[in-house]
Amino acid sequence: MVTRMSGFLLNRLSQSIVLLVIVSIIGFTVLNLMPGGPLAQFGLDPGMTQKDVERLATQLGLNRPLWLQYLDWAWRLLQGDWGHSFRDGSSVLAVIGRHLLATLLLMGTSTALAIAAGTWIGIRGATHRYSLFDYCATIGAMVALSVPTFWFGLIGIYIFTLKLGWVPAGNMYTIGDGSVLDYLHHLILPSLVLSLVHVAVWSRYMRTATLDALSQDFVKTARAKGVSERRILLKHVVGNALLPMITLAGMQLPSILTGALVTETVFTWPGMGRLFLDSLGYSDYPVVMGLLIFSAVLVVLGNLIADIVIATVDPRIRLG
Amino acid sequence: MVSAPQPLASEDVALAVRDLTVSLPPGMERAHAVENVSFELKRGQILCIIGESGSGKSVTANAIMGLLPKTIRISSGAIRLEGMDLVGLSSDKLRDIRGRVVSMIFQDPLSALNPLMTVGAQIEEVMAAHDVGTPKSRRSRAIELLMEVGLPDPPLMYHQYPFQLSGGQRQRVMIAMALALEPAILIADEPTTALDVTTQAQILQLIRDIQRRKGMSVMFITHDFGVVAEIADSVVVMEKGHCVEQGNAEQVLKSPNHLYTRRLIAAVPHLTGKDRVPAEAAAASSILKVECLVKTYRSGSALFGRRRIVPAVNGVSFDLSPGRTLGVVGESGSGKSSLGRLLIKLLDSDSGSILFEGCDVARLSEAEFRPVRPKIQMIFQDPFASLNPRSTVGQILTVGPIAHGVPHKAACEQARELLAHVGLDAGTFDRYPHEFSGGQRQRIGIARALMFKPKLLIADEAVSALDVSIQAQILKLLDQIQRETGVSMIFITHDLRVASQICDEIAVMHRGQIVEHGPPSQIFLNPTSAYTRELVAAIPGEQQSSARAVGSQSTLAGHSHK
Repeated sequence: MVTRMSGFLLNRLSQSIVLLVIVSIIGFTVLNLMPGGPLAQFGLDPGMTQKDVERLATQLGLNRPLWLQYLDWAWRLLQGDWGHSFRDGSSVLAVIGRHLLATLLLMGTSTALAIAAGTWIGIRGATHRYSLFDYCATIGAMVALSVPTFWFGLIGIYIFTLKLGWVPAGNMYTIGDGSVLDYLHHLILPSLVLSLVHVAVWSRYMRTATLDALSQDFVKTARAKGVSERRILLKHVVGNALLPMITLAGMQLPSILTGALVTETVFTWPGMGRLFLDSLGYSDYPVVMGLLIFSAVLVVLGNLIADIVIATVDPRIRLG
Repeated sequence: MVSAPQPLASEDVALAVRDLTVSLPPGMERAHAVENVSFELKRGQILCIIGESGSGKSVTANAIMGLLPKTIRISSGAIRLEGMDLVGLSSDKLRDIRGRVVSMIFQDPLSALNPLMTVGAQIEEVMAAHDVGTPKSRRSRAIELLMEVGLPDPPLMYHQYPFQLSGGQRQRVMIAMALALEPAILIADEPTTALDVTTQAQILQLIRDIQRRKGMSVMFITHDFGVVAEIADSVVVMEKGHCVEQGNAEQVLKSPNHLYTRRLIAAVPHLTGKDRVPAEAAAASSILKVECLVKTYRSGSALFGRRRIVPAVNGVSFDLSPGRTLGVVGESGSGKSSLGRLLIKLLDSDSGSILFEGCDVARLSEAEFRPVRPKIQMIFQDPFASLNPRSTVGQILTVGPIAHGVPHKAACEQARELLAHVGLDAGTFDRYPHEFSGGQRQRIGIARALMFKPKLLIADEAVSALDVSIQAQILKLLDQIQRETGVSMIFITHDLRVASQICDEIAVMHRGQIVEHGPPSQIFLNPTSAYTRELVAAIPGEQQSSARAVGSQSTLAGHSHK
């Protein structure tokens, strides 16, 4: 069994490496196809002469052919050198690290909330199918999915900050305070707003998966055995319904760490989403490429972890 | 919920159903799933409830178990079980009875077991649900039960998951589970329908043995009169929600009173043991000549991990003359379906040759084989899954010929003619598959295959999904078509009785090889291979009927199962 698992991992790992190489090549090419380039911002600067710009390009190696730039970048990446930000010269990994924690806090909280609430709503919707609860959950999910997140964010700020004054309108902490309670206070609104969409998605999937499990023959067998409905739900239905959800959770992992662009902007949250947006604005290619590779690795990792978890919990895959 | 207050049960009646009516939600095909059904299950007996699909036999069983879906409810009648009146009982009381007083086993033992729980845990769950024993005593009882149902190495089996067992073993686990609390009554809903014929014989034997040993009462639901002959003490025949005949098994089987029972019994295919009269004199040349055909399935990556190699078809050779039917018979996993797919090149063979009209199609590329495709057509098993639900019957029939260059108008005309030919009315052309019954759909499938005027038809379990009476009609249709068009046929089936009805020759497959090949008279009356003998002996209820057909029992007595 151990050898089979390691064989599976090796197989997946080799596939992942090929995938990452392809993603990085495409990303690098597309980024450099953008008009302007990182030095365009100096074009209108009266203090910079054409000579200065050219010297800068030579210094940064931007006048070399594209493929050479890519190979150089990739080679350094492999050695752990993700390059340096054009903006302030600090290393890309350090820049990512600075923003990672903020995103982790926001997305981790909202995802945990979403999975808990979504699972419960989904199961209840399936067991009480076509009930008032089910209809409300369905309509609620549709609304949450169709109305853009920033709208909920703005409405939330309007009601809970401007009218009621319960929570702050943005930022991660109050400058000069920074206690745990202060962090939590700032976290409430953005994480709730962010979890809305995730609850909607997760509860819909969970409802379908639960209905699917409920219609299985083994549920009927359990009833025929005289097992109570409560135990049937917990032991037979939920376990089988959660199996397909593991894959979904694996796919969510990248979004937990790469952040929510819109929500972070609305709540001025200093996370990865805003970093990406800002870096694009400044044509900070090293950081943008770093973020791209980072999220690609997370996608691969998320799927890999999901597969390993499924293989661990499903005996048909573990022993089959 | 008013029940007739008559005394229902006497001492020797374990289960009495009186005037049971179960109503369906409005808008269904009929108002009642079952109507005024009455029968009694005597203590220590096996009662078979037999009927075709839609007869209400499963609904009756579920009504007794209190397992009816919410939309279907008992509207009147009484169910009396061991002195308790079940109709109107609270769901808690019913739950307490289920698994303790009355147990149930189902048709498909794989889907009926939770894939994520070990066999042992699922057996223990019955006892835990009724607060019987301690974890330790439950465990030893579970192992004891596994032994009782004849499973090998019970302590190991205890830790196995359902997917690791064979179909027969899974059904044994279901039976062990049902027996855990020594219920007075066992309800078996088609428990052997999904199993191979040899496994079916073993499971029937097991149920019979356990029933005798424990003096249990069994209500056995089936659609197969062969099974009834094998196991039943008494029989209830159901048709469209009504009980049309009941009585002693031997009496119902030998001299059925009701017209429907007679029709049903007459439709059951029997081993004829007689060879078919061929449609025409055998031609000298063969239309299909298969030599040393090999197909091996390989799974798993070559680089990492373990590889799995399954020889599905292993050196198969046979000849087929024009206008003849070759039956390919075998149990699941014997390679018979793989063989069919190889012949129509849905699968590529590893080695060997398929000479179709003198040309080796095994070596042709997909593009080279394409002009030959119309000449070899397939009829599929599942008449529900094999027709595109979003196409009209007309589209289904004409899309293939049009793709091969037949003008639209000509194709439509031909389709209408063929639909009439297979016994469907003119309106069929513009309707959708869901509007038809299983038998009608299989007729559409046959018409679809005939659109190409094929030389060779491959029918893969073409009648297996159908009720016996429909089965008989389809077999007759296939026979008639062959006599009219001279098409050759390869008839793949797991059912020897069906094969004996329609085939000129029969090839018995076992583990990818043909173990015996010959006319039906040889296969069924004088089988030379041990495996064929085992297969023939396992056919339920065939002892009497084939003896009748042949006149002499001497050849068969030696092979009978019991």
